[in-house]
Amino acid sequence: MSEQPSMAPVVAAPAVAFEPRIVAFFCNWCTYTAADLAGVSRLKYAPNVRVIRVMCSGRVDPQFVLEAFAKGADGVLLGGCHPGDCHYAEGNYKTLRRMRMLIRMLKELGIEDGRFRLEWISGAEGDKVKAVVNEMTAQVRALGPLDLPGKFKEWDREMEDLEQHVNASAPQQEEAHVR
Amino acid sequence: MAEQKEHQNGIPRIGFYICHCGSNIASIIDVEDVRKYVATLPGVVVSRDYKYMCSDPGQELIAQDIREHKLERLVVSACSPNLHEETFRNAAAKGGLNSFYFQMVNIREHASWVHEDKAAATRKAKDLARAAVYRVRFHQALEKRKVPVDPNVLVVGGGIAGIHAALTLANAGKKVTLVEREATIGGHMALFDKTFPTMDCAACILTPKMSAVKSHPNITLWTYSEVEKVEGYVGNYKVSVKRKPRYVNEDLCVGCMACIDACVFKEPKFPDKFNQGLGKRKPVYIDFPQATPKVVLIDPATCIQMKTGKCKKSCADACDRKAFDFNQQPELKEIQVGTIVLATGFKTYDAKRDALYGYGRYPGVFTALEIERLVNASGPTLGDVVLRDGRHPKAVGIIHCVGSRDEKTNKWCSRVCCMYSLKLAHLIKEHSGAEVYNFYIDMRTPGKGYEEFYDKLLAEGVHFIRGRVAEVTDWAMTPEEQGKLVLRVEDTLAGFVRRIPVDMVVLATGMEAQADAGEVRHKFNIGCGSEGFFQERHPKLAPVNTFTDGIFIAGACQGPRDIPDTVAQAGAAAAEALVLIDAGHVELEPNTAHVVEEECCGCKSCVPLCPYSAITLDEAKKKAVINEVLCKGCGTCVAACPSGSIRQNLFEDDEIFSEIEGVLAQ
Amino acid sequence: MKYLYFPGCSLKGTGKAYEESLLAVFGALGVELQELEDWNCCGATAYMSVDETKSYALAGRILALAERERLDVVAPCSACYLVLNKTQKSLQEHPELHRKVTGALQAAGLDYKGTVKVRHPLDVLMNDVGLDAIKQKITSPMAGHKFAPYYGCQIVRPYATFDDQHNPVTMDQILQASGAECVEYPHKTRCCGGSLTGTVPEVGLRLAYILIKEAKQRGAEAIVTVCPLCQFNLDGYQDAIAKKYERVDLPILYFTQILGLALGLPAADLGFKRGIISAEAVLAGR
Repeated sequence: MSEQPSMAPVVAAPAVAFEPRIVAFFCNWCTYTAADLAGVSRLKYAPNVRVIRVMCSGRVDPQFVLEAFAKGADGVLLGGCHPGDCHYAEGNYKTLRRMRMLIRMLKELGIEDGRFRLEWISGAEGDKVKAVVNEMTAQVRALGPLDLPGKFKEWDREMEDLEQHVNASAPQQEEAHVR
Repeated sequence: MAEQKEHQNGIPRIGFYICHCGSNIASIIDVEDVRKYVATLPGVVVSRDYKYMCSDPGQELIAQDIREHKLERLVVSACSPNLHEETFRNAAAKGGLNSFYFQMVNIREHASWVHEDKAAATRKAKDLARAAVYRVRFHQALEKRKVPVDPNVLVVGGGIAGIHAALTLANAGKKVTLVEREATIGGHMALFDKTFPTMDCAACILTPKMSAVKSHPNITLWTYSEVEKVEGYVGNYKVSVKRKPRYVNEDLCVGCMACIDACVFKEPKFPDKFNQGLGKRKPVYIDFPQATPKVVLIDPATCIQMKTGKCKKSCADACDRKAFDFNQQPELKEIQVGTIVLATGFKTYDAKRDALYGYGRYPGVFTALEIERLVNASGPTLGDVVLRDGRHPKAVGIIHCVGSRDEKTNKWCSRVCCMYSLKLAHLIKEHSGAEVYNFYIDMRTPGKGYEEFYDKLLAEGVHFIRGRVAEVTDWAMTPEEQGKLVLRVEDTLAGFVRRIPVDMVVLATGMEAQADAGEVRHKFNIGCGSEGFFQERHPKLAPVNTFTDGIFIAGACQGPRDIPDTVAQAGAAAAEALVLIDAGHVELEPNTAHVVEEECCGCKSCVPLCPYSAITLDEAKKKAVINEVLCKGCGTCVAACPSGSIRQNLFEDDEIFSEIEGVLAQ
Repeated sequence: MKYLYFPGCSLKGTGKAYEESLLAVFGALGVELQELEDWNCCGATAYMSVDETKSYALAGRILALAERERLDVVAPCSACYLVLNKTQKSLQEHPELHRKVTGALQAAGLDYKGTVKVRHPLDVLMNDVGLDAIKQKITSPMAGHKFAPYYGCQIVRPYATFDDQHNPVTMDQILQASGAECVEYPHKTRCCGGSLTGTVPEVGLRLAYILIKEAKQRGAEAIVTVCPLCQFNLDGYQDAIAKKYERVDLPILYFTQILGLALGLPAADLGFKRGIISAEAVLAGR
């Protein structure tokens, strides 16, 4: 897997190769610990994920996910304890329910399936952190940049253009109406 | 090295510190580059790097800067918060700053140790530092919650680990309840004849400890009992224990065993579980003479009275103390404890799973535990090593690593099998004079006096063949093999395939997690590794702690280990419990949730979400109220609140949103 | 109960007795077998070593044909069973291979998604029909007969799909359900000599000799097998074995033949006459 930019082909490539930016929310007890374990075990994986620690995946408000996309994330990964293993008994079940709804919503917003991922990773599964991060990085790389901030700007410009257009044509319309 | 600048209006004064961790971080991440970069971020007035931030001088540096530069927030980029968050919170406090005005960035476990591309890892370190700098602005001054620790302790499992932990705690003056599932304490160790490498008799060193448990004024011993439910949190656990009926009143029985003699079954008839099914027992029985407590019990599946109600009950008549109670019911007990030591032990690998070794098909094949009983002077044959048909074996093969170091079954080394195989080889030779062959992959004898014991066995003339046995078969290729069990093995030292005919095969079965370890860990809310053993908090630095505060693990429930290691770990678990008890209270993270009353619309969305029933609705005000004592700080209600009126300390929306913005800003 | 039936070449040729007895037994137990239309060679094990990808495409075609019918496919021949299982697993594990194979299939108007279940007759009898249902239909039990149950290598290794890799017991239980006794047979999954009897005869014959000799020594009146190649090998070379070692003369039968007798089916419908070593003792009084 060519997860490192230095490995990317140099010949006739675009000036800057696309490196996905993935925001991850990891629960303190399982997935964050698994990521620590991956570190202690010196497993090597793609450097594209930025982890934000929460106590439980249940703390993850769908708005966090949307905010991450809005602020420029190309992917969002959410990691919690396996069903039945939640440190807080059942927080991850709530997460699952919420995220199912969120996934439907993302689809409607035009955000592709592969950009959001919910994974159960126990504290002992350092190797799963590696596998999931690598897989997701490859997947998001294949999808290309999402760049919502850029799109927002574009839409803002379009709106401005529209407004200008409307403003410019408004008096004439009024005249026409009067006439 | 440091970057320093003046106060910036409106933003708290932030100090940033990045750790080299020797070369652990600095060899991959360009710490100087990160330090310089962070210095340019708004609010950052001090930015330093240092070889070891967690060292005393490192902490002192922080404390001094807080005082000198009037720092109002602190960010440290170093290792995992699970390791040093507390260290730097203390450093903040030393400098006179509220500990919670601090945010930690993990660039070792989450970056330098897992990435090879230096530029990418440095970029990541910058992003994470920026996120923390953005986040820490919103931090609030908080205080840890103090809760008292109940000094009483629960120990689960009465093997050598549980016994040792219970005695240690009891000797320190703490009240201990020891709960054991079987009718007697003693665990696996009570099954053994001798212990390696000293060959002292297991019973001789174990039974005094068992009696000490029984007679200790600080220990309540509940055998034939199981934990049903655990509620509460560190320092304050409420535990329900089910005491199964023995149909004999434990307080009245003195263990005279007159009832066993008097049973209507004149001869023992039913397989004796304690003796691995090699002996027989009556429906009223006691596991072994030194069973603790020394109280008989009735097996309802075989007792005529229990099955039909139509027995003349000669057992009960024989009892002077009138201890029999055929109508005894299970009893549910509830206890309050502050800490719990889990010492639930292991199970041995089911030898039937290796079909090629013929256990269960060939009567000449035994498990190591069966041999332990056979060589035991108080075992079913009084120490006579005999085959199931009564013959004495002339040659015995011991196969190592059955259910260990095997891709198809268990990958791990069970750590004890090489040594106990040596012990059994010695005992079999001593008891029967048979030729003994050990078939091993590697001999693993790390331990005090272990290698010397191996040397001794070599000198005794026990044979060692290096190779994993392919098959045990009764197929005779030559007349000499007729009527024998043949072990087919590649002798990897000699370099050819050998067939060794023997009369008895011993399978050195490995150690596995208890069959119900998964259920038990859910009850106690702790973790398991993929192989099923309980997960320690840190493999090196917190080997008896779990991720649930106040619950400790000891012995083979955490992974295969021998008796010396088990006892050491049990002592450590007891010491960890004593730390909490003697401190008298624990400090809990102040990460609880609370409701901002004026914003709450009383919709009750949050109420059913809380697994601890910490949220109620104040009917008069129509507002949700969170009981801070019950709240454990998961934040699930916070994420669900439609009006955003629930807040979680340390994980405020502002804090997380700014962190999101921080990691993504460019 | 209805399944697709993939006979492969053996059951139409050297293993005709297997086909006759299998169809009769399944019919008697109320299990419908519908022969897969336009089936082709499975490639057996040999093609794999010549051209792997093409051989996967060949076996893939069978799976694709079966998938169209939305039924489990029963593959009685051990070689077919193994190849179909292997193909299925390889296509599942290697997306690139799956892409190539489906590409080839699509060119022929077929497609394969991976939803087909490949079943062995033993698996179907044990897990779908059930021992109890079989026992209920036994009219002339094989009481007093002793057999050596012999599974061969291919249905349990490397994929232990429905039984233990080294000590399978499904056929033992079915034979016992038919009233027969099974001898303890340590060679039940050892090599029969396979195609070695044709290439390195001294090795192949020795392996076959070990199997029949040991079965006879343990009191079996026949070896009962599930594999047409094993049956052919063990049955067909007994004269050669007699010349090289000693005369053993042990009938080699299919488990379906024994089960068929117990179900009261006429011996003539079960292909007994096709064996080289006569099974008269087994048929005595029937």
